[in-house]
Amino acid sequence: MSIGSFLTRRRGGASWHFTDVLAWIWLVSGLILMFGPVIWLGLSSFKTRAALSEFPPTLLPYETRMVEVEGHDEPLPLYRVTTEDGEERLMVQVRRIGTMAQMADPEHPEETVRVPLQAREPVRELQLATENYTEPFERLNFLRFFYNSVFVTVVATIITLIVNSMAAFALSKYEFKGRAAVLAVILATLMVPLSVIIIPLFSVINGLNLFNSLWGVVLPTVATPTGVFLLRQYMLTIPDELLEAARMDNASEWKIYWRIVLPLAMPAIAVLAIFSVMWRWNDFLWPLIVLSDRELYTIQVGLNSFQGELNVQWQYVLAMTVVSMLPVVVIFAFLQRFITTGIASTGIK
Amino acid sequence: MSHLELKNVSKSFGRVDVLHDIDLEVMDREFVVFVGPSGCGKSTLLRIIAGLEKVTSGEVVLDGKVVNNVAAADRGLAMVFQSYALYPHMSVRQNLSFGLENTSTPRAEIDARVGEIARMLRIEELLHRTPRQLSGGQRQRVAIGRAMVRRPGIFLLDEPLSNLDAELRVTMRAELAALHKRLEATMIYVTHDQTEAMTLADRIVVLRDGRVEQIGTPLDLYNRPANRFVAGFIGAPHMNFLEGRFVVGEGNSAEVELDGGHRLTLPISVRPAGEPVMVGIRPHHIGLDAVGAGIPAAVTLVEALGPETIVHAEAAGHRIIAALAGQRRIAVGETISLFFDPQHLHAFDSEGRRLPEGA
Repeated sequence: MSIGSFLTRRRGGASWHFTDVLAWIWLVSGLILMFGPVIWLGLSSFKTRAALSEFPPTLLPYETRMVEVEGHDEPLPLYRVTTEDGEERLMVQVRRIGTMAQMADPEHPEETVRVPLQAREPVRELQLATENYTEPFERLNFLRFFYNSVFVTVVATIITLIVNSMAAFALSKYEFKGRAAVLAVILATLMVPLSVIIIPLFSVINGLNLFNSLWGVVLPTVATPTGVFLLRQYMLTIPDELLEAARMDNASEWKIYWRIVLPLAMPAIAVLAIFSVMWRWNDFLWPLIVLSDRELYTIQVGLNSFQGELNVQWQYVLAMTVVSMLPVVVIFAFLQRFITTGIASTGIK
Repeated sequence: MSHLELKNVSKSFGRVDVLHDIDLEVMDREFVVFVGPSGCGKSTLLRIIAGLEKVTSGEVVLDGKVVNNVAAADRGLAMVFQSYALYPHMSVRQNLSFGLENTSTPRAEIDARVGEIARMLRIEELLHRTPRQLSGGQRQRVAIGRAMVRRPGIFLLDEPLSNLDAELRVTMRAELAALHKRLEATMIYVTHDQTEAMTLADRIVVLRDGRVEQIGTPLDLYNRPANRFVAGFIGAPHMNFLEGRFVVGEGNSAEVELDGGHRLTLPISVRPAGEPVMVGIRPHHIGLDAVGAGIPAAVTLVEALGPETIVHAEAAGHRIIAALAGQRRIAVGETISLFFDPQHLHAFDSEGRRLPEGA
């Protein structure tokens, strides 16, 4: 089926059924709602600072064309001027005074004329302000922030997966006294928000000399009740007979975990990995509290530092927000195929 | 050398007692089958031998050593599970070699053994496949191969054929029997299917409600069932039972009057008159009485199987199944006269125990 015939399929045969209309409205508005802000962010990240503060805003990053003119060190903006006799001319603006501008012909910059502001229109062209992307990396140490974020995310995710899957393995496959109680306690911690425990957590981190260190960001976050619960529920579906077969096959409990349970829980592990990457990458409050050296900032904290007391460097914030989104998108694209594969459900009759 | 002994083994799950004082000895190279209806504890017993369950009381003795506290892995046994329990994320080759890898067997030796087993079970061309790409019979072979490759002292098989279709089951049954001869291995096999038990076993252990009902060779169990349960469980179609009472007979024989008034002479010693008795007769030991002097029965169903004809009939309020050799012209509704072979009559007392045979 071609894309065309797919898109024009209708429930009511040849005519439009009202559900077709509703479906289109629903889907299109959903698309705009989901992708609109992202596209807007992407396009805006290529605008200069001036273009960002323009009103009304443009969708695409337009910029006034600049012309090199003899006798001036800086390039001058080019305008389309309507003269008093109705003629249209291309002129550069030399200087602006109040509601009038001194304009000159680019060929003869020494002859200037005074033109009212409303009689001219800037000549605009599509231009990408790539310096929004390059400057934070070159001048503002953004690469360092990026590295810190990658470190925190990767290390925290690896530890999260190992610790949580081990807890889930024990809680799903071993019978021991108090198992239900342990699970209940773990789940109960879901009800305690970070802001409630932030001060005690800070004292602990401080007491362990982890303040102002990336490990101080990583360690408190690695054990997540959501992760334990998610993995446990999945591991419950792995048949006990497989574990018993492995036990008969001389496998140690560690081997059973590593070679049997972990590979079979891969779909759930992938889901948790995606969650963990998103949580750690987008984490803001906790890194902001733990990290005080600019050298150690993660991306989110670094983005915040573009926000001065008096002005916000929106062009950098937008560009670096785009950069900060990319890894999550890549991870998601890579791991999403695992989510739908249930390996354990096959193989046993 | 593998010799297994169970001494007074009992098992409870919480308050539920599933096994009561099981005593059993399994000799080297013996093929022992645990058979019984579902819920009789036969799988639990197998899992206790395997080490996957702990006994509540009693001892499991393996080659003279009590192994109650020895972990499953260290007992040197191998188990084939009902669901096969092949590792779904590993290829057949990995499935077969997993156990050997865990005992740090050298790679060359692993490859040699896996190759040998694959040849023996004719699964060589499947080695690179994953379990989900195999048919039921192939999975079955891989599961048996996984047990064989470790050269265990005893093979434990938990209803290994129950997931196969009827035709394949018969083939695999024969293969298993051949394999047992070839490997000269001790095998303990759990099934609820008495045909499997009869065809495979050197000795059968009949279990019911966690108790051993009888242990014996298949023909022992068939010819001399220790009680009514074993009599009804072993043999297909199952044994017919008719209620009656002993009467004073002529001379030295025990005579019974059935509920319908018909009299039979049993091959047992004389019992006091008036004592209730359950007479059992296998369908294959029932014939037609040519002169019509037998027990009259109204035919309710006729199953013509070709080599034999199974006749369901009603006589004196009892449903009776008779397996008559050859093809017979019998119609539903007809009244036939049944003849019970007196040599093959079984008698059980009111508690269901077999009454001792006469001298």
